[in-house]
Amino acid sequence: MTSFGNIYDTVVGFAPDGLEWAAYVVACVILAFIVINAAILTTALYTWFERRALGRFQNRLGPNRWGPFGILQPIADLLKLITKEDVIPDVADKRVFNLAPIVLVFPGLLVFSVIPFGEQSFLGKLNVGVLFVLGVTGINTLAIIMGGWASRNKYALFGAIRGAAMLVSYEVPMALGLVGVVIMAGSMALSDVVNSQDVFFIVVQPLGFFVFMAAALAEMSRAPFDMIESESELGSGYNTEYSGIKFALLQLAEFMAPIVVAVVATALFLGGTRGIDPIPGQVWFILKAFALIFVLLWTRATWPRLRVDQIMGFAWKGLFPLSLVNIFVVAIEAFVFQQADGTISSGSLWVMTGINWIVFIGAIVFIANLLGQGKLRREGAPTPSPLANMAAEAD
Amino acid sequence: MYGIGMLKGMGVTLKNLGSPGRMFSVQYPNRRVGLIGLARENNTNVLSLAIERPGDALKALVGLATVSVRLTQHPRFRGEEFTWYEQRCTGCASCAKYCPLGIIRIVTDTTGKYEQDGGKYDIEVFDIDIGRCMFCGLCVQACPYDALHMGSGFEEGKYERNKLVIDVDQLKAAPKKPSTWYRPQIEGQKFNPRSIEERDYLQVGRHERPTEHQQEENWANR
Repeated sequence: MTSFGNIYDTVVGFAPDGLEWAAYVVACVILAFIVINAAILTTALYTWFERRALGRFQNRLGPNRWGPFGILQPIADLLKLITKEDVIPDVADKRVFNLAPIVLVFPGLLVFSVIPFGEQSFLGKLNVGVLFVLGVTGINTLAIIMGGWASRNKYALFGAIRGAAMLVSYEVPMALGLVGVVIMAGSMALSDVVNSQDVFFIVVQPLGFFVFMAAALAEMSRAPFDMIESESELGSGYNTEYSGIKFALLQLAEFMAPIVVAVVATALFLGGTRGIDPIPGQVWFILKAFALIFVLLWTRATWPRLRVDQIMGFAWKGLFPLSLVNIFVVAIEAFVFQQADGTISSGSLWVMTGINWIVFIGAIVFIANLLGQGKLRREGAPTPSPLANMAAEAD
Repeated sequence: MYGIGMLKGMGVTLKNLGSPGRMFSVQYPNRRVGLIGLARENNTNVLSLAIERPGDALKALVGLATVSVRLTQHPRFRGEEFTWYEQRCTGCASCAKYCPLGIIRIVTDTTGKYEQDGGKYDIEVFDIDIGRCMFCGLCVQACPYDALHMGSGFEEGKYERNKLVIDVDQLKAAPKKPSTWYRPQIEGQKFNPRSIEERDYLQVGRHERPTEHQQEENWANR
């Protein structure tokens, strides 16, 4: 697998003495070129796949005209967007307005550099990989606030403020959901996490996976959590005033989010490149990530949107306690089952799996009873409508 | 509760994903077909199609093959072009009078060339501006001799507005495929205006055409 060290070694072989810094720069540029193009091409193909699959979920066809099975549709979309007029409102804060799309796109691209697609990630073995992923993806909150505020448009600002509140809230359960993984693996490097998964962490830590995926679904800010660009009430949210290539960048970031979430979750919970032997690890990684992407798409096609208060309540009253329970249980188990060299044997992992599934089901039932529609079943209370049930369930 | 309803909902959407028979998209004017679809369209099987026309089969395999689609529509569809029978028209201009938008213009020649045939006028100008027409069909209802009928097409898009005016030459040259709207006598003949067959002026009237003898009698008794 290509990593920065390999590229640097190759390039420095051609460089004359005293020009190692130039070899370093060239290696950086080559790495960046590979990562960015791979990510953007994947995203372009994913937009086609998402539109086709969403169409089939809704009993229609999706784009099928341009190229075989409509696969060139992203190119047509891009050409249409970059030939449109690039409108900047007169009263907009122009510098921030122009900067926001770039700020929104680059966290997603940066995350790809630490994902271990092979034995190592592109940056080698970055020892703070999990922290890097969390920190870098936190930037898109800033980008959304920048875009919404700089547009000088009330609806854009509404969307941005709502989105910022939601994203900041869901950072907490997402980070706490990953703490369980870090405890079990004993390392923050993503390749170490992959190597420690003798049993996949989705099996060992169902609660952690549930909390992480629910929070990540909100972090992507897509349906059912699309508070940021709620088309039905805010025009288009923070990107109301954007057009042309900047809007294309915003769309790129939006469609890259599920891919980023899927590859991160694959590395952390689905065992990354590990699989049955004759098929290479990269293929396993892609297959697992694709399955996760499909599940995300499936939820988008199915679930209705939530209200703002329901979303915030779900984060702080539902996911936050669940993630704390997960950390508590996993920490005790790791303390008990840890061997002398700091690792956990696979037999112990299966024992932990049993305990964690019981805790998972118990915690979910407890939280649902505490916050769910049981509250509405008081004596003498009027029969709640199905809508009220739904609200209480999510609240 | 416990998210079971949400999982049930996901099952419903998955069922829709897995059943292509529920798809309601109508592809028009061209339909994308795969290999099997192309073979079925040509009334062959896949193997003989691949042997006879390997290029088309390859195109179908990569999803680039299209076949043209004719939409099914009701014979009473009120289409864009009009069907007009000059043999039936007397130039009374009832259609022009009844048109709510006043977009029919008729100019007749009063020299009386056809007087021996029952006093018909010669139609010199018959303009219908279908760019402003709303296809209400009042002109067709008003026609006392069933000379004017609605058409059945809808693919008459033009790049300039003035080309949307149908003149008398176009009306004479157009294929005689009248819509059966407000013409039960044509509908009774099981006529489909989208088929290749046409109806001449003897077949579209409300009454049988009088014989020569009857005509003479009528003329004499007048």
